[in-house]
Amino acid sequence: MNRSRLAFWIFFAPVIMWLVLLIVLPHLDLLTMSFRGENDYGDPIWTFENYTNFFTEPVYWLTFVRTALYAIITTFITFLLAMPVSFFIAKLARTRAQGALMILLLLPFWVSELVRIYGWMILLRESGVLNFFMLKLGIIDTPIEMLYNDATMIMGLVYTSMLFMVVPLVSVMDSLDDSLIEAAHDLGAGHLTIWRTIIIPHCKPGITSGSIVVFMLALGNYLTPNLMGGKNSLWFTEQIYNQFIASFNWNQGSAFGFLLLLLSSLIIWVGLKLTRQKLGEVAS
Amino acid sequence: MIRSLPRSKTYNWSFNLFILLYFTFLFAPLVVTCVLAFNDSNFPSLPWQGFSLDWFIADGPDRIGLFHDDQNLRSIVTSFQTAFFVSILSVIVGTCASFLFEKEEFRFKGFLYFLMLAPLVIPGVILGISLLLAANTAGTFFEDVFGLDFDLFRPSFWLVVLGQFSFISTFVTLVVSARLRKFDHSLEEAALNLGATQLGVIWHITLKFLRPAIVGAAAVAFLMSFENFNTTLFLVGSEPTLPINLYLQVRDGSTPVINAVSLLLIVGTSLMALANLYFTKKGD
Repeated sequence: MNRSRLAFWIFFAPVIMWLVLLIVLPHLDLLTMSFRGENDYGDPIWTFENYTNFFTEPVYWLTFVRTALYAIITTFITFLLAMPVSFFIAKLARTRAQGALMILLLLPFWVSELVRIYGWMILLRESGVLNFFMLKLGIIDTPIEMLYNDATMIMGLVYTSMLFMVVPLVSVMDSLDDSLIEAAHDLGAGHLTIWRTIIIPHCKPGITSGSIVVFMLALGNYLTPNLMGGKNSLWFTEQIYNQFIASFNWNQGSAFGFLLLLLSSLIIWVGLKLTRQKLGEVAS
Repeated sequence: MIRSLPRSKTYNWSFNLFILLYFTFLFAPLVVTCVLAFNDSNFPSLPWQGFSLDWFIADGPDRIGLFHDDQNLRSIVTSFQTAFFVSILSVIVGTCASFLFEKEEFRFKGFLYFLMLAPLVIPGVILGISLLLAANTAGTFFEDVFGLDFDLFRPSFWLVVLGQFSFISTFVTLVVSARLRKFDHSLEEAALNLGATQLGVIWHITLKFLRPAIVGAAAVAFLMSFENFNTTLFLVGSEPTLPINLYLQVRDGSTPVINAVSLLLIVGTSLMALANLYFTKKGD
């Protein structure tokens, strides 16, 4: 028994240090910092000011709402695009090709997000590759700036988070018994009915975990909105960055950070409740 | 509808076309980036002006290729060092965590498991600012109480390592736990019956069994660290990692040197990902 206690402490000590020092304490610090401020004499005090600022300045809460809405739109588009792709890989592609297709699908996502965005930038900008070809082919007369607008930004977000939707969907579709679809087909069900009554209900766990991850990644993304979005498409993470690095107002930045954390936890919690799943199940 | 059912020609064709378009969408930015690294032009754009290796090997005065570009080279070295330490640390702690959660029973286990999963749902930006705040608080505390000054508590190399470690360990834990669950406990019991010590069993038997998962997790940790941007952004000091350095260059305008760096990144990470895939397949 003694030896087993020793083993327990060897495992326990580094893990508790990791979780307390690097996860719990920093986030408690974030929370306390968000309630700190200075009074008129420059003395540190406790205050709600950082949060009231958020609600009284339209720029702040509008950015917040916009970010949340766009993250939801991104998640939905990713889902619409990922569904047929995963269906193809799991149910239509030749069994031999499946592995190769999966590898092809995974490869771009191992490359740094920055490289992928940079690729899109040299494709889409005014002097970019796409404009060059369209001019050559005579489709357009003058180059169009396709970067720096909301639509492009959402496309970029969909692109960067695609994989996290496709992988869970493929694995969940793989587990769907073909004979169910065959039976439905033999009994005269059309494509739509089969999708609505068999495929989508079966894929629910995969859809939930994919959506949660994609939503979270879109919400917390900094690079894509910053490099592909326009001057008017400010993302909430950029607000946080501005408070921290540009204005050096750490208290305000902490309040924003905590609000973002709250929003993402809330949406994830609602998603899990609606589909009656646990975080542990979704993660593994 | 699926492999085993009859499908119409149009259905097949349109589906194949869709998949083809999808993969074009996936690979277009990467291919364009790679190709333009070899264009003999001062801007990463078309028209094609001939093949050139200038952006890799030229050493001034007009063009400075990647292999003579000190700033980029230094950031690549920094990224390698960061990823090296992050993968070692997170593999050690992640393996401890999977032993802890799979084999030990203790109070608050469920709560600790939940905490371990938390980094999955905390946006990277928030993790970055929390750690920045906590490091600052700790630094002030040590200075006030003991009069000591630690570099660790300022944005620096080691703070970046800690920041990346704090969420990459979760991924390592999940990968290693999945393998540990498949472990046949009778092997351990046999060794214990034959007089091995508990720690001896773990060292000689369980860890041997886990080796493929641990190697795979280390590779994943290395890649994740190498390409991390969001968390690193807030913790980076005077030694930028490659993604940060690239970001600064992309933001301020672009030269084909960025394409050259991207090409190396794409080739490097793809090779590593493929090798990892190959070895984990073999391990199963």
